[in-house]
Amino acid sequence: MTFPLQDLLAILPELIVIGTACLILALDPILGTDKKDVLAWLTLGALAMCIGLTSTQLTGRTYAFSNLVVIDSYGAFWKLLLYIVTGLTVLLSLAYLKAERLSIGEYYGFILLALVGMMVMVSGADLLTIYLGTELMSLSLYVMAGLKRTEARSLEASAKYFVLGAFSSGVLLYGISLLFGLAGSTRLPVIAEAITAHGTANPMLSLALVLLAVGFGFKLAVVPFHMWTPDVYQGAPTSVTAFMAVASKAASFGAFLRVFVEGLGGASADWSVLFTIICLATLALGNLVAIVQTNIKRMLAYSSIAHAGYALIGVVVAARHSGEGPSSGFASVLLYIAVYSFMTLGAFALVGMLRKEGQESENIEDYAGLAKREPLAAFFMLVFLVSLAGIPPTAGFIGKFYIFMAAVNGGMTWLAVVAVLFAAISAFYYLRIVMVMYMREPEGSVTTHSRLEASPALSFVLACALAGVVFLGLFPNGLWSLATHAAPLLK
Amino acid sequence: MTSFPWLSLIVFFPLIGAVLCFLVKAESSRWVALGFTVGNFLLSLPLWWLFDTSTANMQFVERASWISSPPVNYSLGMDGISFPLVLMTTFLMPFCVTVSWTAIEKRVQLFMSMLLIMEAAMVGVFVALDFVLFYVFWEVMLIPMYLLIGVWGGPNRLYAAIKFFLYTLAGSLLLLVAILVLYFQGGHTFDILELSRGTYGASLQMWLFLAFFAAFAVKVPMFPFHTWLPDAHVEAPTAGSVILASVLLKMGTYGFLRFTLPMLPDATAAFTKPMIALSIVAIIYGAYMALAQSDIKKLIAYSSVSHMGFVTLGIFVLNIQGIEGAVMQMVNHGITTGGLFLCVGIVYERTHSRQILDNTGLAGPMPRYAIFLMIFALSSLGLPGTNSFVGEFLVLAGTFVWSQFATAFAALGVILAAAYMLWLMQRVVFGTPAPAHRAHLLDLNARETATLVPLIVLVFVLGIFPNPLLSRMHASVTNLLNGQKAPAYATAPQRPSLPSTAATMAAIAPSSSEQATAR
Repeated sequence: MTFPLQDLLAILPELIVIGTACLILALDPILGTDKKDVLAWLTLGALAMCIGLTSTQLTGRTYAFSNLVVIDSYGAFWKLLLYIVTGLTVLLSLAYLKAERLSIGEYYGFILLALVGMMVMVSGADLLTIYLGTELMSLSLYVMAGLKRTEARSLEASAKYFVLGAFSSGVLLYGISLLFGLAGSTRLPVIAEAITAHGTANPMLSLALVLLAVGFGFKLAVVPFHMWTPDVYQGAPTSVTAFMAVASKAASFGAFLRVFVEGLGGASADWSVLFTIICLATLALGNLVAIVQTNIKRMLAYSSIAHAGYALIGVVVAARHSGEGPSSGFASVLLYIAVYSFMTLGAFALVGMLRKEGQESENIEDYAGLAKREPLAAFFMLVFLVSLAGIPPTAGFIGKFYIFMAAVNGGMTWLAVVAVLFAAISAFYYLRIVMVMYMREPEGSVTTHSRLEASPALSFVLACALAGVVFLGLFPNGLWSLATHAAPLLK
Repeated sequence: MTSFPWLSLIVFFPLIGAVLCFLVKAESSRWVALGFTVGNFLLSLPLWWLFDTSTANMQFVERASWISSPPVNYSLGMDGISFPLVLMTTFLMPFCVTVSWTAIEKRVQLFMSMLLIMEAAMVGVFVALDFVLFYVFWEVMLIPMYLLIGVWGGPNRLYAAIKFFLYTLAGSLLLLVAILVLYFQGGHTFDILELSRGTYGASLQMWLFLAFFAAFAVKVPMFPFHTWLPDAHVEAPTAGSVILASVLLKMGTYGFLRFTLPMLPDATAAFTKPMIALSIVAIIYGAYMALAQSDIKKLIAYSSVSHMGFVTLGIFVLNIQGIEGAVMQMVNHGITTGGLFLCVGIVYERTHSRQILDNTGLAGPMPRYAIFLMIFALSSLGLPGTNSFVGEFLVLAGTFVWSQFATAFAALGVILAAAYMLWLMQRVVFGTPAPAHRAHLLDLNARETATLVPLIVLVFVLGIFPNPLLSRMHASVTNLLNGQKAPAYATAPQRPSLPSTAATMAAIAPSSSEQATAR
């Protein structure tokens, strides 16, 4: 088998990232412990090059490697989002790893390897390509979750994530093999043709759909496949948690939509029912359980579960679309995840850097009186939380606005009504943090109060996240046109 | 009409001040806030003369594209219904600053900044001509108000703040869904005027009415959604109570006038009776609850429920007296109840108690204060010659046309208002000055006097010369009623030559009210 130059050019961003990852792994033992920062800058340089390259792929649609990989605007949208959040995570890690005294060069290598996995996921045109991407991402994340080797919680998170992740990969693979048996191929277009030709009445197809839904359900962390999320998000180092909550979720949504729209679009009437139920369960459980959390990382974990539920509204609406004109459902999902990325990353960045006697302040009680000690940090957190709650003029409102709009347009107003009721509930737990920050006095002596460990890198991350949340809230036109342009069409 | 962007100016001018407040020291932030609120009032003042009373069209219209798909516009405009409310808002805000001058000691910058953000959002709600823009302003208010109650409020402030927030948010999120439904049913536009021209199916109107009701009735608040109000009012700092009572509550009734009536005429007609029933229940229930209170702020809060009942009553009797009375009452309630809350705040700063029993016999040590409080109280109970009389009288006149039976019950509210207000005055002003700390109670200082005098002046001006204000809303209200489909109001008189309310007022001025209503 030969690799024509054209194919290699098509995946040049992936090659750059993987090359940089190898370079980092090679450089790491050579560099002294005080020079590990170089690796972070190397990572950022690679990402900057990728942004430039992928921006040229925003139009057209080309296949590479005998139709195993597809380069299109849909993949490019996710890749650009992934570069941005990866870059911000790297900057955040720069500050975080120092504060935690974890000077590990491999860290950046693993981030890049995970990124390659995600890029393959969103640009795979074949179930096996997508599966490989998923595995590469997951394996890197398992290692990163257990990075705090001295802490039992971190190791537990890693082990738990690995066991459940391996299980879900098995389920996914099982579903893929069933589809291969039905269609004779793992290529998405071939599967789509087979479904059109043979119809959806085959029970094997239904089984394959369920298995794929379960497999992706784990990656998306939707109810009832969410059980690992709170433990892993809490146990993992916070910069890794941010990366998992944002990048891994975005890539999983990217691959999930690609598979279910381009491959299984013919059976959308079947899977949309399944996902409507999952969506309702996710909204309910995510929002209700978040209320009782006392650890902010766990609360944000449940909040991220709930947000996946809102994004799923866009998916099921687009799949069941009955109104006139093309549905804006998928575009609203793309926009929602992009908006979600900024606000969640910002919130986690603050959580990671808010410290009490050198330790992370993970308890919500640690935020008492923050507005007095760190007015600016509290204000940033306020904006992120308000955005997560979906209150204008932040980006969170715009995200929900488009999702609800798609729901009403698709004739599922009842789903929008259910979603807004849960949005009102979610405001309760987000505002509880605001309340603690602004309206509560801290207990104990002044020295034990949590403070923000500021650094230029962290300030930059926070400023970017805040700018994203506010700018996208006030001027959503650009992102929306990008999302509608990139959104897949259900045939 | 002028091309000068008056409305953008008065919406965004306070925001500059809000940012500025953060950049200066606590002491100067008070001056910044005062400067910007007074400045904003002065900026809005020319509108009084520029406003064209002959037309029902939107005036001072501004329009620009905000979100291209779906088409959400940044469009602002003002008619006779929003005009008095905008002016009332900009008029009241400086007093919110002055009354907080010494009362707010911690995090002054944040407080002043929140007040200014509130002002921008409140004016924005009244002048927005795009439904999504309206919704954005409507929601933006929640966070500053939440902080105002929660950070600077009384002992039970956390509970009150979150209750206020969740009640209003739950209601307004349903409004958001209704807005989206309207978009797809009303010709793919969010423009309020275009949506008002559309016609919608009967069952759709019912659902939309209920969704609108959820948002607006919570805000008014109408019985039985009023339970957040006493908590929020009692716990909020004085400026917060004033904003809540004077402006925020009006947004609910403004919503009914701006959206429910013109967009959903059939549903409005169908729901007239339950709405009027709820209004009358609110009038009487609020008044009875006010009678039973021992906390002055809570008493005024319940009196607000009662007074706002008059407003919704006036709106849903669907005739010109009723609606003009309702708008009038909205302004009057803003001034009078705002004044009462300012008075309570002033005495609370001295005695640190809002209990009636801790504040008896103030006429002795604080004679000037007692006079001002008395005037506001008499205005609140609707004494002829004060502003509230005009509004309540017009509402009752409108109700009389609709049903004499209902008027009898509604008028009970006026009597009860006299009972609880006079009883309050009897204790607070004339009671025996009991506890020891009465002796060193200082009367109003210059700042406090300056805070109350302008309100007192307005109480009398609007009470004696209501016509300049009524004439400014007349064209819009007439248009609002004529825009309705005729068969929808079989019970309301739709005579071609409807007597203008101003004429009614002029006619009854010398005679007694009974004669005029029996007309």
